[in-house]
Amino acid sequence: MRYIDEFRSGELASALQSELEQAMPSGRELALMEVCGGHTHAIYKHGIDELLPQGLELVHGPGCPVCVIPVGRVDDAVALALEPNVIFTTFGDMMRVPGSKGSLLDARSRGADVRMVYSPLDALELARANPEREVIFFAIGFETTAPSTAVTLLQARAQGIANFSVFCNHVTIGPPLKAIIDAPELRLDGLIAPGHVSAVTGSRVYDFIAAEYGRPVVVAGFEPLDILQSMLMLVRQLAAGRAEVENQYTRVVREQGNPRALEAIEQTMELRDSFEWRGLGSIPDSGLRLREELADWDAERRYEVPGVSVPDHKACQCGQVLRGIVKPWECKVFGKACTPESPIGTCMVSSEGACAAYYHYGRSRPKRGTVAT
Amino acid sequence: MCLGIPAQLVEIVDRKAKVAKAEIGGVRRTVSCALLEGEAQVGEWVLVHVGFALDRIDEEQAAETLQLLSDMGEAYERELAKIRESAEGAA
Repeated sequence: MRYIDEFRSGELASALQSELEQAMPSGRELALMEVCGGHTHAIYKHGIDELLPQGLELVHGPGCPVCVIPVGRVDDAVALALEPNVIFTTFGDMMRVPGSKGSLLDARSRGADVRMVYSPLDALELARANPEREVIFFAIGFETTAPSTAVTLLQARAQGIANFSVFCNHVTIGPPLKAIIDAPELRLDGLIAPGHVSAVTGSRVYDFIAAEYGRPVVVAGFEPLDILQSMLMLVRQLAAGRAEVENQYTRVVREQGNPRALEAIEQTMELRDSFEWRGLGSIPDSGLRLREELADWDAERRYEVPGVSVPDHKACQCGQVLRGIVKPWECKVFGKACTPESPIGTCMVSSEGACAAYYHYGRSRPKRGTVAT
Repeated sequence: MCLGIPAQLVEIVDRKAKVAKAEIGGVRRTVSCALLEGEAQVGEWVLVHVGFALDRIDEEQAAETLQLLSDMGEAYERELAKIRESAEGAA
């Protein structure tokens, strides 16, 4: 296809690379965060990290839905899965995330009925097909995924499917970014914002980063050239002393997002006072729970869950990786005790995790252009 | 997980319930069109995420994105495998 051929030919890539080099303000070191794990993978898959000019560093962000779920919530999921008569449904990526008492996969080997689903609608279908069983759906994800859970809940209510409930772990993208920018340990000059979550939220959720923090943001698509172009847009803003929210991914993302999707979330969910994130601690107004009207479909109201905050495995540095202050290869267990086959932390489990990206694409040491933090 | 995959709507299964069948990388599965503005039409290209059409996209972009996604290899293959598995039970 056109883009990839041009990218492969190296001509357009090297043109963009030299534009990037020229755009770099001299003598400055710039750190840009790619918020989304999908971007992290595209960057390493296509070797974009090797095209960076001197002084430009990419920092990985928290945009990996599986990675940010803390140990305590995994333990809650395992407890729910072990309830009698329950079919516990989950996206495949969550199956192998270790809790303090094992993963959902371990729970399955202990007799729990844990099943992978592709869509929350498939979980609802299971409930319909098994009226004598209780089906719980482990809902995770940012605003990209929350509308799907929301519509599924509305269908469950409309169709009176009472043996279906949702263990809601949906999160919002704005508050963790605020927490990361507020943290004194990391200096960030600009953000490459995730494309598909922005298709739901619109680009305006990032306005506060430009307005209150004076950092430029560019919403980017997932193709290699999208990412290179968005870096160029950020560097140009920084060189000119501008801090604006720009949208590189105009073919999908609109300023106002997808109003129907936002409305579905609004109808079914509300903000929790605070939600615990792996590595980021408790962040106010960052997690969603089901509204009171949907209490009958809320697994947290229908079952006892431990609800305890549990610290990460001692050797695991996922928390620091998610905050951008440790590179995966700096973690002591990376590629040794912690591998995709036998993961200790979420960043190695998820196909969007930064550690998995480094591992799969053979990055075990700093590449040129990166600055060790 | 936040990956949206371009798919073409090939059949409207239930107009009122906003259920359509989409063809995704050679696999057909039912998707919900409840998040789309207006009525879904056969032939339209949409971005599919966990069984929902998240938004419409135009055909040319869809083709380019699909090619790039398949070139991404593993992540795309994994997403497609999930859809394929789910389609066996749900289609």
